[in-house]
Amino acid sequence: MSMGFPHPDGGAILDAIAAANISEIVALPDIVTSDGLLWPISSDERFRLTRICKEDEGISICGAMSYTGRRALLMMQQTGLMDSLNALRAIGVDYGLPICMLVGLQGKEPELLPERSASYGVRIVQPVLEAMSIVHDLIEGPEDVERITPALQAAYAQSRPVCLLVGRAPRAPGET
Amino acid sequence: MRRDHALLALREHVRDGDIVVAVYQACFDWLALSDHDLTYVATGAMGQAVSHGLGLALACPDRRVLVFDGDGSLLMNLGALVTVAGARVSNLHHFVFANGTYEVNGAHPLPGDGPVDFAAMALAAGYASAETFSDLDALRSDLPAWIERPGPTMATLRVVPGEAYPRRYDFIHSAEARTRFRNALASSRP
Repeated sequence: MSMGFPHPDGGAILDAIAAANISEIVALPDIVTSDGLLWPISSDERFRLTRICKEDEGISICGAMSYTGRRALLMMQQTGLMDSLNALRAIGVDYGLPICMLVGLQGKEPELLPERSASYGVRIVQPVLEAMSIVHDLIEGPEDVERITPALQAAYAQSRPVCLLVGRAPRAPGET
Repeated sequence: MRRDHALLALREHVRDGDIVVAVYQACFDWLALSDHDLTYVATGAMGQAVSHGLGLALACPDRRVLVFDGDGSLLMNLGALVTVAGARVSNLHHFVFANGTYEVNGAHPLPGDGPVDFAAMALAAGYASAETFSDLDALRSDLPAWIERPGPTMATLRVVPGEAYPRRYDFIHSAEARTRFRNALASSRP
């Protein structure tokens, strides 16, 4: 955890995801969200975790599930997001499906906004999403968590993708 | 074995409540040969057939999901074999129509040196069963028992093109196709 910059609570984020009636988590590990979210999810009975080998698999799995009424969330790192842009373009944008994504910004400095990051890979994420007309939001501090449930609900209500960018590592349960 | 003949053999065993996920030329042939409403064609990106099938198999455990994949397509997403095996979806049946070419993109050959043994890959990844069929009579004979095996299964079908059915790209990417599938899923019983 970085000193002086508040990190969001992982348990609160999981509650926000569950409050949006999401029960399926499709994921590749990401170091930003590993301890605070993905490890807790792996033992949280509110969710079924499907581990995948590549991120575009997750776009397809979540897209297919959306036809059935089961709500899903894809978790990955921004590198995986970049790697799956064509699937996201087709399945999320062209087909208008509610692909909900939680993306860890690996390499982002806690004190800087993404556009100020020294990391090129971090700086380009939001402009790429905007070029694709994909709704996105930045989850950095505890006050940002309250926007998660409405963002996920809106994606399903409007049948379109949403990308929640996690800029600081969420605190694991019990971590202060 | 002609691909359309193999599809006709498969058609005999597709139940009303089954979901068929089909891609590329196998999809175009299937659309010409079948009016099965629970046909899912909107896979979007090449290589993704079995991943869509996995999503449907996980979400609809009471239905069988039959994936009609291509060999060039599957080569773009081989890790999915491991994902499917790990998900232990007993209702997923993966049929790979192996023609050795990128047929709809100019019929260029796949990379590699000769036929790829997808059945061996599937078994190594953890599929419950996998087999290769090159002969139509053998396929017809074995299908009734094969399709009742618990999944995930893979049948690789070594095929050549059959009749040249229309390539209905406009339909597979259309809102109509997605709506038709969504409505069929909502209104049919497993």
